[in-house]
Amino acid sequence: MRTVVDLTRCQGYAQCVFLAPAVFQLHGEEGLLYATAVPDDQVERVRQAAAACPVQAILLGEEVSAGAR
Amino acid sequence: MPGDDLKDGRIVIVGASLAGLRGAEALREEGFTGSLTVVGDEPYPPYDRPPLSKQVLLGQAPADTTGLPMRRDPDADWRLGVRATGVDPLGKRVVLDDGESLPFDRLLITTGTRARPWPNPEEAALDGVFTLRTRDDAGGLAKRLAAGPERVLVIGGGFTGSEIASACRERGLEVTVAERGPAPLVGALGGTLSKLAAVMQRNHGVDLRCGVTVTALRGDGNGRFTGADLSDGGRIDADVCVVALGAVRNVEWLAESGLAAGPRGIACDAGCRAFNMYGIVTDDVFVAGDVSRFPHPLFGYQMLSLEHWGNAVAQAEVAAHNMVSPGPLRRPHLTLPTFWSTQFGLNIKSVGVPTFSDHVVIAQGSLEARRLAMVYGYQGRVTAAVTVDMAKSLDYYRHLIEAAAPFPPPPGAADRAIAADIAIPSDVPDPKGLSHGPTVALTGYLPDRRLTVVQPTG
Repeated sequence: MRTVVDLTRCQGYAQCVFLAPAVFQLHGEEGLLYATAVPDDQVERVRQAAAACPVQAILLGEEVSAGAR
Repeated sequence: MPGDDLKDGRIVIVGASLAGLRGAEALREEGFTGSLTVVGDEPYPPYDRPPLSKQVLLGQAPADTTGLPMRRDPDADWRLGVRATGVDPLGKRVVLDDGESLPFDRLLITTGTRARPWPNPEEAALDGVFTLRTRDDAGGLAKRLAAGPERVLVIGGGFTGSEIASACRERGLEVTVAERGPAPLVGALGGTLSKLAAVMQRNHGVDLRCGVTVTALRGDGNGRFTGADLSDGGRIDADVCVVALGAVRNVEWLAESGLAAGPRGIACDAGCRAFNMYGIVTDDVFVAGDVSRFPHPLFGYQMLSLEHWGNAVAQAEVAAHNMVSPGPLRRPHLTLPTFWSTQFGLNIKSVGVPTFSDHVVIAQGSLEARRLAMVYGYQGRVTAAVTVDMAKSLDYYRHLIEAAAPFPPPPGAADRAIAADIAIPSDVPDPKGLSHGPTVALTGYLPDRRLTVVQPTG
């Protein structure tokens, strides 16, 4: 699974950092860095983080598969 | 229902980008049931670029893991690794470099930009010289940074160049930034915040050289980059060089198309419909993302050219809606330009067009605190705001811009800065004197403003 955060929306509430610290980290006071590839054992935590995000900036999903035609 | 036939037919999207993917998803969301083909010249499915200059260069994410998650499967035919070489507007076909051509009823162009190359091709080909735009660029550069070079030279102090320098320092690498203008980010944020950017770079150990031009890149005779000559007579010894001189619009393939495509992008109306070269709007060719330029009522109906993630998403959604909706149900793309940058531990966010300004005030916080909200005004009206580590305040200023509120803005925040009434010149320089440009540019005409400069290459 892949994740992307709409950092235009992100306001640094950092709920995701508490819910899935292995994926989301603050960089400085409010800059967010995240693992773009979500390990299987973190998927549920990222789902929770996406649901808890106050500005609904987190998207979790599959990328377009390489063999798609 | 009228317009139902718009939900069927053949749609081709050229550009397997963020805008291309979100456009494809939105077409299905809007009820399009016809055939959908997405053409991309890179062999990869749509991927996210902002992490390339951050997580990837820091070694926290491999370059091949930034593939964009889908909101829904757009059920498209993905033609990846294939370049579109032209459009036949009468025959309504997209011509591909493998000799095939794709018929369409409606076309969405999302070909974006590429990195502006170093002007000397031989020097640009030296081993160790990079640009940073694609996944391959980032993968190659990250590998080189991980090998522990003695010094990295970054040419250009715009957002990309500054983020690269920040990543280098975080990895403990020596880095020199060469910028022709008076300070980093000055072309995007104006004089006051550029001073903060320069202080942040120097405090983090960047060897920042402003007011200089790199005149030549040097090799060791075996094709390996060893350093660069500067216009002030100086020389930088370095083993990696990143050319961060801004972006070039991918419009060359449209040269024979009859569309209004030029160095500043493809002109389109507020509904994302492309203009042809006579300035007549088409009804079957749509544009979204960095390759477009579109009019915005808040900025004097000048044409905006944006290189912003959020605009690619918002404009692709409007384009998709309008591609499957009859005239009266179409929507305008009126989103305000918004962007962010994370560098040297600071989170910089912007809304509006900071270069469309004559004065600024620091409305909250202060430069010394490294935490502030700066508001930009043009002729007595709020036109932009930039926050540094104060993102939660940005929405308030967005509303002021949308409402064309008077500048300086009235008291609004409990933590209003002492300097909030003191307007100082915004000090936006002529872009001709810079190595970097703004990532948002007005490309119309105002007698007292000259905010973009076009540098055709090749």
